[in-house]
Amino acid sequence: MKSKFKKILVLGSGALKIGEAGEFDYSGSQAIKALKEEKIKIILVNPNIATFQTSKTLADEIYFLPVDDYFVEKIIARERPDGICLSFGGQTALNCGLALVQKGILKKYHVKILGTSVSSIELTEDRKKFANHLKSINIPVPPSGSALNMKEAKIVAYRIGFPLMIRAGFALGGQKSGVATNKKELEEIVKGALAISPQVLIEKYLHHFKEIEYEVVRDRYGNTATVCNMENLDPLGIHTGDSIVVAPSQTLNNEEYHKLRGASIKIVESLKIVGECNVQFALNPNSINGGLDYFVIEVNARLSRSSALASKATGYPLAYVAAKLGLGQSLLEIENKITKITQSFFEPALDYVVVKIPRWDMSKFKGAFEQIGSAMKSVGEVMAIGRSFEEALSKAVRMQSGFVESVTDNGFENKAELKKFLNIPTPRRIFAIAENIKRGKNVREIHKITGIDLWFLYRIENIVKLELKFKRSNILHKKLMLHLKQNGFSDKKIGNLCGKTELQIRKLRKRMKILPSVFTIDTLAGEVPAQTNYLYLTYHGEHHDVLPIGRNAIIVLGGGPYHIGSSVEFDWSCVHAAIALKRHKKQSIIINCNPETVSTDYDMSDRLYFENLSFETVADIFEFENAGGLIISVGGQRPNNLANQLKKANYNILGTRTSDIDRAEDRNKFSALLDKLNILQPKWTSFINITEAIKFIEAEGFPILVRPSYVLSGSAMRVCYKKEQLFNFVNKAAALSPLHPVTISKYIENAKELEFDGVAQDGLMMIYGISEHVENAGVHSGDATVVYPTQRVYASTEFQLREISKKIIRELSVTGPFNIQFLVKDNKPFVIEVNLRASRTFPLLSKAMDVNFPEIAVDSFFGKAKMHNFIYSKSVVVKSPQFSFARLLGADPVLRVEMSSTGEAACFGRDYDEALLKSILSTNKFDFQNKNVLLSLGGELNKAKFLDAANILLTLGYKIFATDTTALFFENNNVHCSVVRKAFEHSPNVLNIVENKKVAFVVNLSVEDKKMNYKEKRRDSDGFRVRRATVDNQIPLFTDLHLARAFIKALAHYKVEDLEIKSYKEYLQS
Amino acid sequence: MASKKKAKLILKDGTIFMGESFGTPKSVSGEVVFATGMVGYPEALTDPSFRGQILVLTYPLVGSYGVPKKEFWESNKIQILGLIVCNYIDTPSHHASQKTLRNWLKEEGIPAIEIKDTRALTQKLRDEGVSLGKIVINDKDILFEDPNLRNLVAEVSSKEILEYGEIDKTGNRTIVLIDCGLKQNILRLLILRGLRVYLVPFDTDVTKLNFSFMAVVISNGPGDPRQVKTTIKNVKKMIAKKIPTLGICLGNQILTLAGGGTTYKLKFGHRSQNQPVVLSGSKKCYLTTQNHGFVVKKIPEDFKEWFYNANDNTNEGIIHKSLPFMSVQFHPESSPGPLDTDWVFDFFFKKAKSYHKKNNRKI
Repeated sequence: MKSKFKKILVLGSGALKIGEAGEFDYSGSQAIKALKEEKIKIILVNPNIATFQTSKTLADEIYFLPVDDYFVEKIIARERPDGICLSFGGQTALNCGLALVQKGILKKYHVKILGTSVSSIELTEDRKKFANHLKSINIPVPPSGSALNMKEAKIVAYRIGFPLMIRAGFALGGQKSGVATNKKELEEIVKGALAISPQVLIEKYLHHFKEIEYEVVRDRYGNTATVCNMENLDPLGIHTGDSIVVAPSQTLNNEEYHKLRGASIKIVESLKIVGECNVQFALNPNSINGGLDYFVIEVNARLSRSSALASKATGYPLAYVAAKLGLGQSLLEIENKITKITQSFFEPALDYVVVKIPRWDMSKFKGAFEQIGSAMKSVGEVMAIGRSFEEALSKAVRMQSGFVESVTDNGFENKAELKKFLNIPTPRRIFAIAENIKRGKNVREIHKITGIDLWFLYRIENIVKLELKFKRSNILHKKLMLHLKQNGFSDKKIGNLCGKTELQIRKLRKRMKILPSVFTIDTLAGEVPAQTNYLYLTYHGEHHDVLPIGRNAIIVLGGGPYHIGSSVEFDWSCVHAAIALKRHKKQSIIINCNPETVSTDYDMSDRLYFENLSFETVADIFEFENAGGLIISVGGQRPNNLANQLKKANYNILGTRTSDIDRAEDRNKFSALLDKLNILQPKWTSFINITEAIKFIEAEGFPILVRPSYVLSGSAMRVCYKKEQLFNFVNKAAALSPLHPVTISKYIENAKELEFDGVAQDGLMMIYGISEHVENAGVHSGDATVVYPTQRVYASTEFQLREISKKIIRELSVTGPFNIQFLVKDNKPFVIEVNLRASRTFPLLSKAMDVNFPEIAVDSFFGKAKMHNFIYSKSVVVKSPQFSFARLLGADPVLRVEMSSTGEAACFGRDYDEALLKSILSTNKFDFQNKNVLLSLGGELNKAKFLDAANILLTLGYKIFATDTTALFFENNNVHCSVVRKAFEHSPNVLNIVENKKVAFVVNLSVEDKKMNYKEKRRDSDGFRVRRATVDNQIPLFTDLHLARAFIKALAHYKVEDLEIKSYKEYLQS
Repeated sequence: MASKKKAKLILKDGTIFMGESFGTPKSVSGEVVFATGMVGYPEALTDPSFRGQILVLTYPLVGSYGVPKKEFWESNKIQILGLIVCNYIDTPSHHASQKTLRNWLKEEGIPAIEIKDTRALTQKLRDEGVSLGKIVINDKDILFEDPNLRNLVAEVSSKEILEYGEIDKTGNRTIVLIDCGLKQNILRLLILRGLRVYLVPFDTDVTKLNFSFMAVVISNGPGDPRQVKTTIKNVKKMIAKKIPTLGICLGNQILTLAGGGTTYKLKFGHRSQNQPVVLSGSKKCYLTTQNHGFVVKKIPEDFKEWFYNANDNTNEGIIHKSLPFMSVQFHPESSPGPLDTDWVFDFFFKKAKSYHKKNNRKI
């Protein structure tokens, strides 16, 4: 069927944030592919430069601009599309689309919305109307009400009765929602929710109900199918994004499964959905009068996190199909891309079990509460496939952190802790369950406490019992070995249990001929002979579904779960590396375990193993495939960490020798190398007792940077200004990794930080790019605002950087990607770190320079890379970090040496100011009409340095609110401002100004806590409260002097209407 | 797990799958078929259409929610000959569970074994077609036996006429249900519609019944339709008398053969809960439960295709061009499976009623 659409606008989801992450890169990419097959021109709006969908190969035109109605209207006026897709960019795209409708923009430009109608979407987004709608079709909803203010909220609350679930309307991922069991909690949660949303929904809290989801597709002819059902291991009350999820459901019988399925279809039919829809149910584990007791708790009329998981769990490409349905095609017309012999109207039958476990990074956020609940906090997830629940669960546990081998591996210190972690839901609960079982607690008791279905607890008990049995007998005969493997025990775990090494067990296992089977995911449980390339390993098999590819296969290791410091940017490099292998007539095999990635899509590689990135699994796959080589340098630090083990096993690792990787990663070796090459580095030492540290400090003085070896994303790094801080921190850091010495280095203040990225071949540089941090060194590179090309760097400095980098890569004979981080102080470059792998800056540079770095890296592996001349940039690109502090109760939103951003956005501009402004608008909601600003500047130097910016603000017509010392300083310097009381003083104070959203943005500069007396602490907690209130009310917050000044300068240079609306191609050509 | 016994599944071609017994330690021989539904093992096990068959479940975890009360079964006992699963779950968790699957199998004398690679077995049956096979426990070997040579319907059909539902003196609400191996849910759904149901043995000549009724439903059932010659002969009489008739599954094949059409055996049959069927001449598609090895080839004269399978285009139902004779190859009563085609019953009764009305026929 030929489409009537000629040009379609697709809205992306912008920067990755908690609740809206990589899944939308995946679904957007699939949708674009589906639409392009119909010869439709695709315009994409998405400022997320690290995504695959913003690569040149997909959309016809890409706009790196904020996904909001202002910019999208401009793009529509310019491009005049005849259709628009709102359902592939998460809540961001949906909200933008609804705003476009409400403002009459789509009507004005005759743009038709593909798929589900706006009235249906609006219905599902208004909880009250939607509840009434469901009631009208006899679908039960929990008793509920909505309120616009506290008074109304209380009336509703008392009508329904405690316990209550409270949510903010129009918010993604359950932001600002919670369970209230009393009046005080009610007030707290309602206040939070009203801060971000005009409406709160209050409903009956369904204690320990099961949470079940269905993913439904429907075409315009009314054909409806539920592609997947999923069951949360955690009962209702924990956000599905923070729950361990199993597909298909395990504890439902036929009646429950199909009645809920039927209800999903009824809802989808009533909404006349065209495309994809997610329906979430609460199901009472006990029946009432023999009948089903269930409620609908949420419906998402768009692709969601769950639909991405469902796609990967079943092999059914939901986003691809949804895009085709949006064009008006029928489910019968759309070919099943997996089987290629059936069509898309069917419901996959699984012959395996899927377990998803979220990945949290709560320790990365200073002060954040560990408890999980109805608001999502996880930053990523893993998915494991097995033929028993034990096999899948154990795999998932290993995938999640990369360090833990089993649910029985846990570091609970005492009984009290064990009890606490069982009683309170946190990321550690699953481990607490296992440990409690181990110590003899009855699973029924655990069930009562946690509400987790006994079925799951029995399975965990099975793992624990098997472990105990093995420990008792300690004779590893073939039958037991197979039994252990079938229950998900890793070689390493088995080794740990019997005092052997992983390799000894591996050897023994291979001698016993116990090897995993390679099975395909074919959507039909083997019923049809589908030739799919989507694979997993299992010990519940005696055959392989595929034959090995052999030497022509190159394995590319993915990045694993997204977490702070490793995100979509590595997946981007991974995908492009896999694609580039075709140029060398190689077949690509991707191994990855993250369901929200493009790399795990069915058509990105010749073969996909949805498997763990552990040595054991990679080795099993490598040996089965008899592959020609391995690429470990494009998936971030996780695969890079396997370098030594894989090398020892004699696998052919492409690119830089592992011994050279080690020379770059081992601090001592690397330092010696720099000394040998006469390259400056910050003075450092490593110590295992504190006297050595003190000796260093006496010679070099404070401040110092303290960290353990082998780190990514600054985990456990800290700047110390005095001895007490050092002692305090070292006690913690040393406890963290007793095997490694702690490193201290001189912390160079007020230095610039520059990133030097490139690709080398046999020690020769083939291409490079230098980007500059807007903030001074001291802000983690992942949290820094980065600009390309450099703006404030002398040519002579750049020359020095280039020469130093050449020396280093020659010395290390680098072949492949590399990244060198420099500090520059007084025009003197210091090398702080070298990574012999693709860095997070790779997609940014590749897109800014219009050269595909991963592709050149792959060329270099085969000795075919060409040397690129320096490319002068025609425009400026600025990348801004995206923070998710608002999601993390208790976290202090301040930039530190440890990374805390969850994503990034980047925009092009004529100059630095324009690119910076657009980029900041992409990661913040900025109100140009509001001409009030709050300034709270700690420290004399900060105040003085900010003076010019304050004057600019006045010229721009801003009214300045300032706290005590800041106000005093301004008055002394003739800057007019209004004084506001500090947060601990009586109201109206600074918090009221923020909570009433009186200001357009807040600049809150704190001085490093060099001293720690009472007054300072008080001031600090004051600053914390202002910062928290700012992010909680979704007001842009600047905590860095340089960035704040740059932003204000840009504001003076450009009004919003002056910002150019230009496509990526135009920026490359201009 | 307690007391595991060595067990084997041996196929006609000599292929052996090693396993461990968890049901009754008894060797059996029949036809090996696989089903891909992910829920509904109690329903499948009690489905008389599986008579004579060793059932392989492709979903790897079986037993998770135990076994419910008899009133929820599809017949009053386990009908399959034997069960093959990948992993048996002996620790069920469900409010409706009365006992474990293991205990049920033992009570009913049904053998069951765990073999790890049920996928390899499924692929073999798919590629080479369903096969005769036997479960051999403790090396107690037995001979292969082809159940399709038997009149399986006679084995599972009711031996007497049974009455259900509220008494109906007019006959307007009365139907005759020919039991060829009925799934209980057909009966439940008919009673739910306020009908008086006479369940009659498969070889009943309904034209000779001494009470009035408005329509006949021919149930599902096991085996080769050509084995049920009596029923086919009787249905021919019904057609001649223009008695409104709805056939389900085996009923579809019987109506076809009675009308002069033909059937054949599929390579590996349709046994799953995700079979897409298209309403012929429309873009409307339904997801259905199916459990059949035989299928309609030639549609009888004066009939037309009603539904077809979206995957392999095989026939999924026939309907008479003018008279209220119709049948479906799938299971509109589901159980297990999706409830999408429940409307077929209403459609049939509406047609039957309007036919009676139009012809002013006294029932």
